[in-house]
Amino acid sequence: MDIQDQQLVIKIVLLVGVTVATALLTRSSSGARHQAIRRVLLVLFAAATAAVIVAPQLVSGLARLMGVGRGTDLLLYGLAVAFVCFLATYYGRMRMLNRQITNLTRALALAEGRRTGES
Amino acid sequence: MPNEDVAILVPVYNEARVVGDVIAGLIDHVGHVVCVDDGSTDSSADAARRAGSIVLRHATNLGQGAALQTAIEHALTLPDMRYLVTFDADGQHQLADALAMVDLARNEDLGVVFGSRFLDERTQAGFLKRLVLKTAVWVTNQSTGMRLTDAHNGLRVIRTDAARGVHLTQNRMAHASEIVLQLGRTGLPWREHPVHVLYTDYSKAKGQSLLNAINILFELTFR
Repeated sequence: MDIQDQQLVIKIVLLVGVTVATALLTRSSSGARHQAIRRVLLVLFAAATAAVIVAPQLVSGLARLMGVGRGTDLLLYGLAVAFVCFLATYYGRMRMLNRQITNLTRALALAEGRRTGES
Repeated sequence: MPNEDVAILVPVYNEARVVGDVIAGLIDHVGHVVCVDDGSTDSSADAARRAGSIVLRHATNLGQGAALQTAIEHALTLPDMRYLVTFDADGQHQLADALAMVDLARNEDLGVVFGSRFLDERTQAGFLKRLVLKTAVWVTNQSTGMRLTDAHNGLRVIRTDAARGVHLTQNRMAHASEIVLQLGRTGLPWREHPVHVLYTDYSKAKGQSLLNAINILFELTFR
């Protein structure tokens, strides 16, 4: 068994993983424009990931092109940046959610106050 | 009754032991007592209702700032209200101080009267508490451009026209600076009035820990 064949199993596992994740992510629903942009990015991301799984030397090539020693390092840096972006968007979403909960809770309390005031 | 046009606003969170007595001591002296139960898990709401207060309930705990905003919005819908008084539920404020502040607002046509425990020597605060409060005062003054001697003092008199300028978004403790900022922006005349804050064992156990000062600083810095 040569090296290419040994890697076949992990390649299949990773490809299936990326396909499932992509399918799940495209199903989430929010603003139509946003959703379209996210889907395009997602497809590009999935294609890039698949390409890298099939031909790992692509990452190493890109890393050298960008002045980073190894492909794994480039991947790690990319992951770190992606994680911070994720945190930022979720922090914003969380604050929005908190505001909505506050408004909802207040509206309920004020409605209760109006009702008891009338009776 | 001379203070029929006054509503006292009391945000409550798990104060069942004391809130009934606090409200019972207020109810006969002003037009309304509006209590916002901020999602208490004890019988605070019942105790407040039994004592004769209007009680609004937050379905979930949001924080004192949010409760205050709800109380203000409800009080503004009550007919013939002229002055709103924010008052802590834990018994550390005195009715006499609140009424003296309302009188001051009436006599000098003020939009806002802030209570300050540092205008006279009645309030006994420990050294560390004093340090934390003074730091909070300094930060608040920096961010609001006002010159107050006390911050995070829950006793305030707000005339209804000034109260319409209050839209608190800081649900937690930092609302105390936010409310000063928003009241300042109304451009209405304001004064400070000395108040006596009673640090009972109960309020000490419940009150802001010194670590909370760090939270307040963070909430104000990273809005």
